[in-house]
Amino acid sequence: MLKRLFVIGGFGSVLLSSTPARVQDLPTIKSTTVELPAGDALFPGGASADAINNNCLACHSPDMVLNQPPLPKATWEAEVHKMINTYKAPINEADVPAIVSYLMKTKGKD
Amino acid sequence: MRDDKEGPFSHSLTNLHRGHAAATRGLSRRAMLRNVGATGLSLAVSPALADELVKLPFASGPRERPVTHAFPQKGDMILQRVRPPLLETPMEVFDRGVFTPNEQFYVRWHWAEIPNSVDVNTFRLAVRGHVDRTLSLSIPDMIGDLPRVELAAVNQCSGNSRGLFAPRVPGAQWGHGAMGNAKWTGVRLKDVLDRAGIKAGAVQVRFRGLDEPVVPEAPTFRKSLAIDHARDGEVMIAYAMNGEQLPLLNGFPLRLIVPGWYSTYWVKMLSDIEVLDKVDDNYWMAVAYTIPDTPHASIAPGQTGVKMVPINRMVPRSFFTNIADGASFAAGTRVPVRGIAFGGDAGVAKVEVSSDGGKSWQPTRLGDDFGKYGFRQWQTDLALADKGDHALMVRCTNSSGEVQPDTPNWNTSGFMLNVIETVQVKAV
Ligand code: HEC
Repeated sequence: MLKRLFVIGGFGSVLLSSTPARVQDLPTIKSTTVELPAGDALFPGGASADAINNNCLACHSPDMVLNQPPLPKATWEAEVHKMINTYKAPINEADVPAIVSYLMKTKGKD
Repeated sequence: MRDDKEGPFSHSLTNLHRGHAAATRGLSRRAMLRNVGATGLSLAVSPALADELVKLPFASGPRERPVTHAFPQKGDMILQRVRPPLLETPMEVFDRGVFTPNEQFYVRWHWAEIPNSVDVNTFRLAVRGHVDRTLSLSIPDMIGDLPRVELAAVNQCSGNSRGLFAPRVPGAQWGHGAMGNAKWTGVRLKDVLDRAGIKAGAVQVRFRGLDEPVVPEAPTFRKSLAIDHARDGEVMIAYAMNGEQLPLLNGFPLRLIVPGWYSTYWVKMLSDIEVLDKVDDNYWMAVAYTIPDTPHASIAPGQTGVKMVPINRMVPRSFFTNIADGASFAAGTRVPVRGIAFGGDAGVAKVEVSSDGGKSWQPTRLGDDFGKYGFRQWQTDLALADKGDHALMVRCTNSSGEVQPDTPNWNTSGFMLNVIETVQVKAV
């Protein structure tokens, strides 16, 4: 049985395991460049989604919100204020009622 | 910083939507550009990211998620969020073996400023703070100058299975696939810290990666471990995962590995290690990722005034991987069942199954042991004598004697679910 951690080679190779060290060829670590999907979809709903589209897309794509379960109004209000106070979302307080109303209409629960 | 979308948008920088300009105050240039894109240009609402859907077993909708292969170095993944990526491993991947392939290992980021390019020649890991010598380590330094260690360990999101919380709670609505097991290769954190020389009075070690908040004044993602934990010889810095360099989205080029602890501590794109002489009070330690200091981190919905502590060690779990809810079998035949289990911060002692809703339990055979922190496969067969509905259950007991609970735990963040899993099947 293998010990939980064992040295398999390298400088000053201290063997922590009674198992013979498997000296594994390490692949060369290569510089990497990738392209990530933009995630620039909008909230559906046309004009009723203006407030949420203007305020809630800077940090995450709308699926963060659209995949949430139905939640009570107090939870949605708390979420919007968490975005403002904790995550420093630059949101006009005047837009909050329209955002909460959209959230209640699409994801609300009594 | 990603700049893949700047080209098409940059010309409209001056076309900021009225009222929107105010809303983007304080946002980084990229976020601003994205906002311009969102409101100033007409973009497709749903980019063609997937053509197949999976249904997650949640009590309320939405249950469907696209299966995507649009992410770099990734195969088919359940799409929870495009930006920043939240990608879940489909359950069938866990049926194929105990090591989760890199291209289907789940992905979880908090902030969207993720570098899309890392140059191994210029990348440096800083070690600083309450130390004798500040270090700036290159990838070749890490590989060539320090003893190489290897360890199999499960990486599981604190909120794995959050979608199954009842009542449901906000957060990433994961099924069970925000977990994976890999063979990690790298160096011991202890060896790195010893090189820097820890000064007397050190209390914690804080870690951060190359990712950054979209809004400069927002809290950068940083996590800390107690100094003794950081120096226990098990916590490591990995430069390889299942024998390959890490996929960028899993933390290339270096990731902290904290065996037996939730993934929130496994900092990706690890670039900075800071030895602290006082307890870290940053948001991601003091507020986020805290759990009620109660058995199973469980409270009643609505309960307040509970002492909260940073989330820490994992607890045992087990899953069926070859049978899903709603499967049907011929009555009287023996049904092969199998799955995976892990012990949390201890090994798997036993995995048992029940076909009578938990009244009686029978043992299963365990597969190869790759170390106490990894997945362990289990298998057996069950006879479903009577026609009708049967609840099949599986439970793991770890080597510390801790067993999965038969009632679900609950907390406001949706952390640490480890109730015994049940699948409903039919004998016909
Ligand atoms: C300044 C950045 C920022 C903005 C703007 C922002 N959010 Fe968030 N939001 C975050 C971060 C960071 C998280 C946590 C992400 C994670 O855990 O992956 C988050 C998570 C969420 C979640 C998941 C639950 C949770 O609390 O983690 C919801 C729902 C959400 N945001 C809704 C919104 C809504 C609605 C708006 C607009 C009012 C909004 N967000 C605007 C940063 C932001």
